[in-house]
Amino acid sequence: MSLSSLSPLGKALLFILMFLSTSFVVRAEGDVFAQSLNKLAQGGMQEREQAMLEMAETKHARSLLVLQALLDGKLLSLKSDGKLVIGVEQAEGYQLKDALTDSDLGLVERSNVAKITMTNKLRGTLRKALGQLELSAENPEIRLAAVKAMAKDADAKDIELLKNRLNQEPNVKVKEAIETLLLLDNMRSTDRELRLHALQALQALDNVEVVNRLETMLEKDADGNFLESDLEIRQKAELALKKIGQRKQVYSAIETLFFGLSLGAVLVLAAIGLAITFGVMGVINMAHGELMMLGAYTTYVIQQLMPNHLGWSLLLAIPSAFVIAGLTGIAIERGIIRFLYGRPLETLLATFGVSLFLQQTVRSIFSPLNRSVATPEWMSGSWQYNEFLSITWNRLYILIFCLVVFVLLLELLKRTRLGLEVRAVAQNRTMAKAIGIPTARVDALTFGLGSGIAGVAGVALSQITNVGPNLGQAYIVDSFMVVVFGGVGNLFGTLVAGFSLGIANKFLEPYAGAVLAKILVLVFIILFIQKRPRGLFPQKGRAAEA
Amino acid sequence: MMSFSKVAKQLTLGVSFSTLLFTLSQAQAEETIKVGVLHSLSGTMAISETTLKDTMLMLIEEQNKKGGLLGKKLEAVVVDPASNWPLFAEKARELLTKDKVAAIFGCWTSVSRKSVLPVIEELNGVLFYPVQYEGEESSKNVFYTGAAPNQQAIPAVDYLMNDLKVKRWVLAGTDYVYPRTTNKILEAYLKAKGVDKKDIMINYTPFGHSDWQSIVADIKKFGSTGKKTAVVSTINGDANVPFYKELGNQGVSAEEIPVVAFSVGEEELSGIDTKPLVGHLAAWNYFMSVDTTKNAAFINQWHEYIKNPKRVTNDPMEAHYIGFNMWVKAVEKAGSVDPDAVQKAIIGVEFPNLTGGVSKMLPNHHISKPVLIGEIQDDGQFATVWQTNKVVDGDAWSDFLPESKPIIADWTAPINCGNYNTKTKKCSGQKF
Repeated sequence: MSLSSLSPLGKALLFILMFLSTSFVVRAEGDVFAQSLNKLAQGGMQEREQAMLEMAETKHARSLLVLQALLDGKLLSLKSDGKLVIGVEQAEGYQLKDALTDSDLGLVERSNVAKITMTNKLRGTLRKALGQLELSAENPEIRLAAVKAMAKDADAKDIELLKNRLNQEPNVKVKEAIETLLLLDNMRSTDRELRLHALQALQALDNVEVVNRLETMLEKDADGNFLESDLEIRQKAELALKKIGQRKQVYSAIETLFFGLSLGAVLVLAAIGLAITFGVMGVINMAHGELMMLGAYTTYVIQQLMPNHLGWSLLLAIPSAFVIAGLTGIAIERGIIRFLYGRPLETLLATFGVSLFLQQTVRSIFSPLNRSVATPEWMSGSWQYNEFLSITWNRLYILIFCLVVFVLLLELLKRTRLGLEVRAVAQNRTMAKAIGIPTARVDALTFGLGSGIAGVAGVALSQITNVGPNLGQAYIVDSFMVVVFGGVGNLFGTLVAGFSLGIANKFLEPYAGAVLAKILVLVFIILFIQKRPRGLFPQKGRAAEA
Repeated sequence: MMSFSKVAKQLTLGVSFSTLLFTLSQAQAEETIKVGVLHSLSGTMAISETTLKDTMLMLIEEQNKKGGLLGKKLEAVVVDPASNWPLFAEKARELLTKDKVAAIFGCWTSVSRKSVLPVIEELNGVLFYPVQYEGEESSKNVFYTGAAPNQQAIPAVDYLMNDLKVKRWVLAGTDYVYPRTTNKILEAYLKAKGVDKKDIMINYTPFGHSDWQSIVADIKKFGSTGKKTAVVSTINGDANVPFYKELGNQGVSAEEIPVVAFSVGEEELSGIDTKPLVGHLAAWNYFMSVDTTKNAAFINQWHEYIKNPKRVTNDPMEAHYIGFNMWVKAVEKAGSVDPDAVQKAIIGVEFPNLTGGVSKMLPNHHISKPVLIGEIQDDGQFATVWQTNKVVDGDAWSDFLPESKPIIADWTAPINCGNYNTKTKKCSGQKF
């Protein structure tokens, strides 16, 4: 019974090391370890690489720990004496431990330590060196990454290691990845039956490496001979490639559809507040974009206030942004727009002035530089369905968020007293006044509601774009476009318009390029408005004619 | 409504006040040498240009502490062209005719420089332009202290090709003159190096593009063929954050597909979450992280002047530092601030840069600088991974574009021309 089949490789190593801890070998390795640690601290990039490889070779008990810390950016050097330490970041500084002896060195301030700098080349080398050790890591994602790191150029030793791993691998995804790698390795063998068999299995896989391998089999060398001499295998490979290609196309269409929906969700979020102020109240609010900017800055401020709770700060930012942007909106309505009802041109100019004012205010308070808003862990990365289809989390959350905001707003307008009054004032102001609705108050609240929703949109935007004084300008044209296209005064129209413009844009982009796609969409809208000036879903009834 | 008389009264008051100010500044003008600072302090470009205004004020203050220039104090005249390109030309005219400045330090975008160009040539001024640009220009009145394409783009591509063994190339840029020209040069260069057309993907996006999903998906597909792929990015400042975020979210790591950027520096990085950018590259002539005593002193001086130890330094700041000091040396050499004398005296002037070498003003009005390539670290700084072993001479007209290959710029006798065709022996532009 061998040790390595009993327990994962790392544990076995540790066991052997403990067993031999007093012997000369280990002491020598300890010296090598200390030496390479020293080299890591002082040397240039090349020496650093050498030191890393040496360290991975030594099989010292702490080498894996130190190398992992290096990869995670936790390996620091003390500025006072250049000693290497492993630091855990805390609010007040770093909690340090000696890299060599693991003794506790207490808490130091950030300015007293410097990170050991890494480059891509070093990271690549390190990852490959760690890959073999990481195959037995606890976390299945690390194991998967280790397998993928090996896939690039797996040698016989790697294959052997993977074969052993396959039987004890509990995770389906990791298992699949190992199987694929082994199948690809089979394609290299000289046994024809084995190759045909592998080819049969490969055509069911959605894997980039498989596609690349199959494509190279069909390529010709400089003399015009196929790289793969066997005709039957070549034909099979072609067939497999075709089958994978068909599936790839389907996935790619789904992906584009999702891209379109997510772009549409951003458009809808940006436009929906405007659909209320412009659509329902008829106020051309040029400061709408700046209200979004206020929402984004609120997110930034809240994140600064609670730096250790990224996720919570984002959730808390939603109501706060609503309140801040909403109150600003009410102030704008009470202070300026109230005096300008029925005079659209003056409203346009006045709100444009407000937008410049808000921009410069933000510039004076927060500086003209963009502010950094961090994305919480659960919103970064993507959900990988297979190698051809992955959906990014932040876009998915924004899509869901957009729908939730839309439904809430619709319900608010439909079911609450405020909603009833808003609709009444929008349909017939004089009549509403006559039956005792306080129209001035309703106006202010409606404008505040629209502005508050713009603020909420700003929270979402802070996760995908720059938070800076110019944030709003980028979205104001798009917002008006969506509202006008969807039909002024119709929330549902805004939703449909936003999504259809997003999808149209994304389906055009691969053919026309990002610049031309945008122009084409604009041209389409101009033509559409010529034909149907009231948009997709025009308002009907007497109120609309008035 | 405000009555007419009230308006008139305020107007008169305003006018008389400004006349008063004007006379005051006239009175002062006799003892000082004026230096114009033409950088946007509001609008889109304020993000980058405000820092350069502060840098200039710091350099001028420093020079005055050393006793000024030619026995006179220097005086900065700061104007705000507000990121508005035609306004740049107006403000330049104002600086030259009204304030009578000896030299102007300013502009950021190429379009603002192009807008100032006719004014500065007409009035025979001196402009120091501190930003990396697309080349294909050399004016008698402009000194280009930023990088020309051969001091930034070409070495970066060489690095990717030789050190990272990149075989497939994505040239991604914002849709305006700098990326278009740079990519044209790079495409010609890559083809000359034997890169196949199907291994080059060129992509342009509008200003401030924020939805990078499809483009990043395309880059990912382009890079999944097994050949090493890299992105050469001339994407303009603001659009970079969503671009890198999308790369991170779609799982494209810097180890698989590195992005080398020409417009992302320390200042831009200080405003963003650097997590998704770590490991990506940038090519510049200066990094704040460069370890020289001169640089440490400069950073120290900057922190003391701006009273904020968190502020960063960047490449265009160094360009102004070199440009300003070269101008000072040239004025001292010429013994006057007369534009013609300064333009003549400055050619050949040498000044140590902050990265340990010595930069020199060349006859084509560009300067020699080292080229550095750095990897972005999570603290927003760069770790230098490669650098040229000596300074590289700035080339005004690219050797990789067939139409500008035979053209050179040489502002010394006997050629005295910004675009001299060595084949036809003719000067096709201005020649004063």
